[in-house]
Amino acid sequence: MNESAGKPVARLVPLIAFAALVAFFVVGLVWNQTHDARFVPSPLINKPAPAFNLPRLENPTQLVSKANLLGQPYLLNVFASWCFACAEEHPTLMAYRDRFGIPLIGYDYKDAPADARGWLQKHGDPYHEVITDQSGETALDFGIYGAPETYLIDAQGIIRYKHIGPLTPAVIAKDIEPRIRELKQAGA
Amino acid sequence: MKRLFAALLLACLLAPAAQALTVQQVTQATVPIDVLPFRNDAERARFRHLTGQLRCMVCQDESLLASNADFARQLRGQIFAMMQQGQSDKEIKAWLVARYSTFILYDPPLQASTIALWFGTPAILLIGGLVVAVLLRRRTRPADTITEDPGEDW
Repeated sequence: MNESAGKPVARLVPLIAFAALVAFFVVGLVWNQTHDARFVPSPLINKPAPAFNLPRLENPTQLVSKANLLGQPYLLNVFASWCFACAEEHPTLMAYRDRFGIPLIGYDYKDAPADARGWLQKHGDPYHEVITDQSGETALDFGIYGAPETYLIDAQGIIRYKHIGPLTPAVIAKDIEPRIRELKQAGA
Repeated sequence: MKRLFAALLLACLLAPAAQALTVQQVTQATVPIDVLPFRNDAERARFRHLTGQLRCMVCQDESLLASNADFARQLRGQIFAMMQQGQSDKEIKAWLVARYSTFILYDPPLQASTIALWFGTPAILLIGGLVVAVLLRRRTRPADTITEDPGEDW
């Protein structure tokens, strides 16, 4: 193609196409580095938390319902004694339990109550209240598919935020504390 | 040397057989055994078809049908129960999507966030086709008039 020799723009077309392709791949790579495909955004954000009625870990004859927890925002932290990442998350919860300024409710997921009690005794209990879902039936309504997961639920029982995977000080500072402040301001 | 060659040949011949054996073992090990009391074969087929279209959220690269994860087993039980209640596939899928988002569907629905997914490939194909068409036109036209100069060609 002698013709194109005279047109520098035409000669640049393959280079531009190649550069576009490279940019496309770079965006994809960066996206994969910064987003974990295991963490699927919940469709329940800004929707009412499902109704539940679950036994307390300390006293299984007492049930805690969604209505019992209304009136102030709270964090619902899904954990289990069998969950490895929960042990990893645990020191963070211990450090922040009193710094959140709202109750931290434990949601014991598909766990034998005796195991959960032993686990909390061994590691320390960061929760203000622990409810147990041994069958995992209520967890289906919450869209829980693993542990740890953490929900921020407001005073009206609306799910405001969900974090999948262990909470870290960075996540708390970036995603949870500002939302708690917001909820408290709105409530005040 | 001959012996080595024979051994290699034998290995090549045996490899597929060995592979077939391991594949069979793997599938036997991973196909979960749920004892679900289906009423008939049609119901079983419907269940297998439906759960085959759904993603196991925990393992993600496996369907709910194939996964051995506890999560998948629980959802299979749930889906079976919903089928017994007379719910349609559509209703069951809607129930799942409300809890786990459309990510649970292997077949992504057409919505704002999936436009690129649905139309991206045809669009790129169209653009590529146009580029090829233009290049071919340019290339053939001078070829009719100029017979010499095959010189450089890219």
